[in-house]
Amino acid sequence: MYRGHVLCCGGTGCTSSGSEAIINEMEAQLKANGLENEIKVIKTGCFGLCALGPIMVVYPEGAFYSRVKVEDVKEIVEEHLLKGRIVTRLLYQETVEDDGIKSLNEVDFYKKQHRVALRNCGVIDPENIDEYIEADGYKALGKVLTEMTREEVIDEVTKSGLRGRGGGGFPTGLKWKFAYNAKGDKKFVACNADEGDPGAFMDRSILEGDPHSVIEAMAIAAYAVGADQGYIYIRAEYPIAVKRLEIAIGQARAYGLLGKNIFGTDFSFDLELRLGAGAFVCGEETALMTSIEGKRGEPRPRPPFPANQGLWAKPTLLNNVETYANITQIINNGAEWFSSIGTEKSKGTKVFALGGKINNTGLVEIPMGTTLREIIEEIGGGIPDGKKFKAAQTGGPSGGCIPAALMDTPIDYDSLIQIGSMMGSGGLIVMDEDNCMVDIAKFFLEFTVDESCGKCAPCRIGTKRLLEILTKITDGKGTMEDIDRLEELAYTIKNSSLCGLGQTAPNPVLSTLRYFRDEYIAHVKDKTCPAGVCKALSRYVINREKCKGCSLCSRQCPVGAISGKIKEPFVIDSDKCIKCGACMEACKFGAIYKK
Amino acid sequence: MDMVNLKINGQAVTVPAGYTILEAAREAGIDIPTLCYLKDASQTGSCRMCVVEIVGARALQAACVYPVAEGIEVLTHSPKVKQARKSTLELLLSNHDRSCLTCVRNKNCELQTLSEELGVSEIPFQGEMIKREIDDLSPSIVRNNNKCVLCRRCVNVCKNVQTVGAIDVTERGFKSQIASPFNMPLSDSNCVNCGQCIAACPTGALTEKDNTADVFDAIADPEKYVIVQTAPAVRAALGEEFGYEIGTPVTGKMAAALRRLGFDRVFDTDTGADITIMEEGTELIERIKNGGKLPLITSCSPGWIKFCEHSFPDFLDNLSSCKSPHQMFGAVLKSYYAKKHNLDPKKMFVVSVMPCVAKKFESQREEMEHEHLRDVDCVISTRELAKMIRQSGINFKSLPDEKFDIPFEEATGAGVIFGATGGVMEAALRTVADVLENKNIDKLEYHEVRGTEGIKEATVNIAGKDIRVAVAHGLGNARKLLDSIRSGEKQYEFIEIMACPGGCVTGGGQPIVNAKTYMEHDLKAERAKALYSEDERAAIRKSHENPDIVLLYKEFFGEPGSHLAHELLHTHYTARNRYTK
Repeated sequence: MYRGHVLCCGGTGCTSSGSEAIINEMEAQLKANGLENEIKVIKTGCFGLCALGPIMVVYPEGAFYSRVKVEDVKEIVEEHLLKGRIVTRLLYQETVEDDGIKSLNEVDFYKKQHRVALRNCGVIDPENIDEYIEADGYKALGKVLTEMTREEVIDEVTKSGLRGRGGGGFPTGLKWKFAYNAKGDKKFVACNADEGDPGAFMDRSILEGDPHSVIEAMAIAAYAVGADQGYIYIRAEYPIAVKRLEIAIGQARAYGLLGKNIFGTDFSFDLELRLGAGAFVCGEETALMTSIEGKRGEPRPRPPFPANQGLWAKPTLLNNVETYANITQIINNGAEWFSSIGTEKSKGTKVFALGGKINNTGLVEIPMGTTLREIIEEIGGGIPDGKKFKAAQTGGPSGGCIPAALMDTPIDYDSLIQIGSMMGSGGLIVMDEDNCMVDIAKFFLEFTVDESCGKCAPCRIGTKRLLEILTKITDGKGTMEDIDRLEELAYTIKNSSLCGLGQTAPNPVLSTLRYFRDEYIAHVKDKTCPAGVCKALSRYVINREKCKGCSLCSRQCPVGAISGKIKEPFVIDSDKCIKCGACMEACKFGAIYKK
Repeated sequence: MDMVNLKINGQAVTVPAGYTILEAAREAGIDIPTLCYLKDASQTGSCRMCVVEIVGARALQAACVYPVAEGIEVLTHSPKVKQARKSTLELLLSNHDRSCLTCVRNKNCELQTLSEELGVSEIPFQGEMIKREIDDLSPSIVRNNNKCVLCRRCVNVCKNVQTVGAIDVTERGFKSQIASPFNMPLSDSNCVNCGQCIAACPTGALTEKDNTADVFDAIADPEKYVIVQTAPAVRAALGEEFGYEIGTPVTGKMAAALRRLGFDRVFDTDTGADITIMEEGTELIERIKNGGKLPLITSCSPGWIKFCEHSFPDFLDNLSSCKSPHQMFGAVLKSYYAKKHNLDPKKMFVVSVMPCVAKKFESQREEMEHEHLRDVDCVISTRELAKMIRQSGINFKSLPDEKFDIPFEEATGAGVIFGATGGVMEAALRTVADVLENKNIDKLEYHEVRGTEGIKEATVNIAGKDIRVAVAHGLGNARKLLDSIRSGEKQYEFIEIMACPGGCVTGGGQPIVNAKTYMEHDLKAERAKALYSEDERAAIRKSHENPDIVLLYKEFFGEPGSHLAHELLHTHYTARNRYTK
């Protein structure tokens, strides 16, 4: 028995800010102070509040230390662990109260969250199967194999109302039923861990923080549909997740939870990893399976659907990581419990990756139906520097931008589609008044142009032409016809492309045209970028009143565009100016501004 | 057969289950435009030209791959569909080298036809076009990716039908291109030069290496004695270039046209085929009698030879050592014929008109010469011959029927059928049976080796001995056949392999047929019919009964397989790497 536990985040975010060294230092310090048998250090998965990493939580007090540095460890050990005095200066300030510390569940960031898929992340050691089992791990698999028929399992999942968390939102139970009904001597289950939306990292966090939850769910799915072999397709850029999955699979095999005759039944199942090279299109189900088969990762037309002809033309069930992460909870707590969370048509919770202009960047899991306003203003802690919210982008490159007027929309699959966006895998990027919406559309198009596989003509050439028109507009060379052409072309690509990537690629353009058309018009007609982002349309000007004539700006200017007499106002020659902004940064009197 | 009921444009249609919407629409008399689709070869649904609206479905679906389903309603020409097709085509055109006027496929280009059919009047999109280097280092095939629309018909034919895989897509998205392994020139790759990619290409991205100028130059050179020979399959398809129905033989008009082009002598490669039967038949008999390496595999198809050298080097000893018929004939012309007619072989220029572009490569192989004289100096395809005829103001249709020159005026029916799959086998059996039985056998036709089945097998009893034979056409079928021999599953004495599906009549140098015609015609069978009908009409139908051949052996070679015959008519092979030359 230990008297205290130190949980330190070993997810990718905190690892990249040095948590590995902190853990090592903690272990060294505990040893130096003779505490190694009293305090246990656990490397966990992600806590979600990545903005404050590296994160360390000390129990039993529940002290939530944020932005910990290696140098801080000694103090935490000597003060907190040895003398019982919490190091207040290192605490996440939201948790600090006059008379002690607040429980995490009372903090704004966590208060409205409901962690189902992330339940074990930041709680258990993902590299230790015993900790998973202690947290009711493999209980659901045992129950399914010994107490439930295959049909009952599918029924339970169907009744739960769970829908695919990878973006499409297809009813999971129905998908399982299709695979169950498909005829075939061999069936496969597969897991889509090819998370590719820029800024989305929930699948990675689940696999890093709770890999067994996915393995267990895949075994349950395999039992339900009649498969005996599974594949997890995971991108090679997720080395920590890959390593933990490998450890987890090894441990599960050693415990007989994977392999032959699991739980003494005649059900056998094993799993293999397949590493993807990071192509976004391989997140599309048919491309993913083509890639698993060892071929160039490209989509193929559907039908036939994977449930009937998937891997090697055999019936295959493919679900996303987060979808699987919900399964054991549905089996353990019942479909009714699960369907009590969420909205009428979207049950359960959804994990979102908050990014962009928001204070609490990180991972949050909220019940379906939570409004955008709650996520951004309460959980996310609002926009930094008191700036004004402009739009939120959901669904990554396939999604759209939601304007401020729709902030009170309860988020679920259907409401998001209705307002021109989509759930996607759960990326949520917040934009403020300093973001140009034409530029945002351009950013996402640059991504899809890069990631288009090139198989079908509308996506291969169409996205490129869309980007070229957008560039023309942000360069100040666009015409009103270009806006029409943009819209028409966007619909052609949406209607005619072969796979989901192409069919959704124009969404960022269409949704910004829908809600921010006046910004496009400003670029075209007035040749201005209202947010001052598009370089070609912005101009730097010196305020004659404020300028002291110190000449610092002209000395900083790399192209000699600024001239003037000392102690008199200086002038910028717009023809020479390359709009690098060096002058504005250099000016000590705030005399230079962008127009 | 399970039938499915659906509605297309309001019209009730009943078709067998498993049909695609494209096929069902055709039965209903509705043409849906296609580009990447090619019957039996390419069904990828990638170009999106054939998209249709399925009532209730969210996105448009590709008719070429979408299977019919009970009760669905399809709209093939709704405003939404027409707009999408046109827009997609405009996108394709925005990234296409539109120099139609100077393109070899002008007036015979599926992209051009689509543009006309879909009413494209301007290209609304201007933007980047990646300039691609033209690969013209191969003696057979020129690749111009500036004209490529990435339909992948070539890739599917090369990889799936031929199982060669010399080309595939590299890079991604807008940068995608068709390339050979490691982006080498095609000539350094494992390409077998069969040219099926050219036959599959809807545009001018893949063409034969044009050698017409070399031929025109030779004809114009007063120093040169220019002899032309034409392969059997050429007569079965050349007419298509001048408006004849598919399967119309134009042997007489072809001979007339060649004479008017100015060739000094006009001969028939069928004679070469008859020589091949003499040599190869003898080789077979000797291998059977003396326990030589069996099965013996034919060596007429240079695409097949290179494929064997790359992918089945363990079968090189099974290959007949015979050169292909036109090479044999070229060697005979520069030796026997030159001597007999007192011609300086150094001044002779032998042109072969072939249904094949691999023959261009073959004629340049270093083995194909004798005493520093190339057997054949230049090879042109059927298409190039048609081009020369057009460029020379010859009104093909109004030409009289003329004969080939003497000697070698009349080759046998056995020689003619070389152009169809199974033809070499049948011709060989006619002679081998006579020789082994030592009498004139009545049986002439071996129907079990005819037809377009991918692999054909038969057991023929000759002189009390069962000879197991097999015929494969298309390299995918050849691979299957050889794999079954490698594994020990099958045993044969004699095998015919042709690189091109259908044999030479559908060779890579034949007139190009568009995807729609492929749907409407059984090209392989219809062209083959032209040859079999000529065989039926032939006075002599066995190679060894050809009086010119009898004379050739009497006056020159002595007997088949003689030392001189080996020097002039036989060759050897080299094992090659899997992916490089």
